[in-house]
Amino acid sequence: MSRSVALLICLIGGLTMLVSPFLPMATGWANDVTDWFNILAAMAFVLGGGSLLKVQLMRLSARGPGWGYSAVTLLAFVVTLWVGLGKVGVVADPSAPMVPWSGKPDDEGSAFWWIYLYVMTPITSTLFAVLAFYVASAAFRAFRAKNLEATLLLATAFVILLGRTFAGVVLTGWLPDWASGLRLENLAVTIMDVFNTAGNRAIIIGIALGVASTGIRLMLGLDRSYLGGDA
Amino acid sequence: MSGGLDRRWIYLAMMLAVALPILWNGVTGKTFPESPTPPSQACFDAIEALPEGSRVLVSFDYDPASEGELAPMATSFMRHLMHKRLRPVVIALWPLGPTKAEETISNVIKADFPDRVNGRDFVNLGFQTGNEGVLKVIGTDFRKQFPVDRSGTPVDRLPIMEGITKVGDFPLVITISAGYPGGKEWVQYVSSSNPGLVLLAGVTGVQASQVYSYYPGQLRGMLAAIKGAAEYEALVSAAIDGDGVTPPRYTEARRRMAPQLFGHLLLIALIVAGNAMYFAQKRCKAVAP
Repeated sequence: MSRSVALLICLIGGLTMLVSPFLPMATGWANDVTDWFNILAAMAFVLGGGSLLKVQLMRLSARGPGWGYSAVTLLAFVVTLWVGLGKVGVVADPSAPMVPWSGKPDDEGSAFWWIYLYVMTPITSTLFAVLAFYVASAAFRAFRAKNLEATLLLATAFVILLGRTFAGVVLTGWLPDWASGLRLENLAVTIMDVFNTAGNRAIIIGIALGVASTGIRLMLGLDRSYLGGDA
Repeated sequence: MSGGLDRRWIYLAMMLAVALPILWNGVTGKTFPESPTPPSQACFDAIEALPEGSRVLVSFDYDPASEGELAPMATSFMRHLMHKRLRPVVIALWPLGPTKAEETISNVIKADFPDRVNGRDFVNLGFQTGNEGVLKVIGTDFRKQFPVDRSGTPVDRLPIMEGITKVGDFPLVITISAGYPGGKEWVQYVSSSNPGLVLLAGVTGVQASQVYSYYPGQLRGMLAAIKGAAEYEALVSAAIDGDGVTPPRYTEARRRMAPQLFGHLLLIALIVAGNAMYFAQKRCKAVAP
């Protein structure tokens, strides 16, 4: 019974979204369906938090390798949740200065804002920046001109790497106007504009066709994998 | 060991390739000249073409991880909009987007355009969950997704929102995005269903190759990675400052081009060295009895 209801919701939701661009009267229905989706998306945040707690608590209790990381994750999660929900250190909103919790949790000066600025921002920026070191190491170890395809890829990489910096101008800026298409910065644009675009458009069209067929399979109940188990 | 070379040497070389140009730039204050590529020039031209007072929807779809590439774009866009006396309506599809938007508003509008009034000349409507679902709904009912601004004021009371009922009422939309949802979703759910709407995107290098496919059709202009940001920043500086001195906070993208140059040169050197070692080893094996 519950699976039939889920399939029915999927069919109605899918059909509504499908016909809404063609039927003006269905636009409001499509917005309502999207609202349901947004509510589910918001609930996913709660489910995600619950899942994180469960997994990390299990690792912590098992005391397996890396259990210390789980402890740090749990501590960070609980502290941030408490600081955000409890509006710790929130500055009162100017429109209601006598009400201590009237400000927003992430307003400047609050504990949540402090965590964001001095913990989250440096950590995420550092993680992203560290990629440069790994890319350099991987390029040295793995980027080999072993065959024609790899050599072409290598040459393209060189053009893009040089063309996206001032080196391109220095190296090929002397070329006359009639040969300006061979300047590295222009070659980089051509590679992005022609070869990259052609390949990507083919991929995008392929994905779109795949999404359309998967959508039809879901609406008709032929694909029930989203219901879980062996449905 | 990394192919016969201790990887710590590679890490050290990368650190120096990035750090020394930053120090050089800090001491001299010099940056490389930038000549705009067509996608960056198109961004500049699209904003220049708008009449004074036009409202522009700006979506901050990134978080601190991509700040290095995208924050300079956001700063330049905001400075250009303010200089042209356009009115940005800011939203975010990423949870940490509103905070990035507040930083940009604080660094640009509150610092250099203090006469602009919140709610009349600009507004931050904050984050809305739902990814492409949000984009689908604002196509027909903007206020359903963003009923209040970030401080809780109903949008019905904001002069800047007068007459705005759907995303198509904005003549120009700018998305500054680091991934999903971002430039691709704005094209698929907003640009495609609003043919008259002009969409610009500032994207990370990783995303650029994918988003490039929509330029210049559904996407009128785009800033690809820090290079695109530097080109656009140079255009905006030339238009606003002329031959005068540009404040340092408006040269962030161009300052990052020197570390990028030396980082790229190091990568090329490493690839060449790696291949030289590979072919040398191959030759040795071939001649060995």
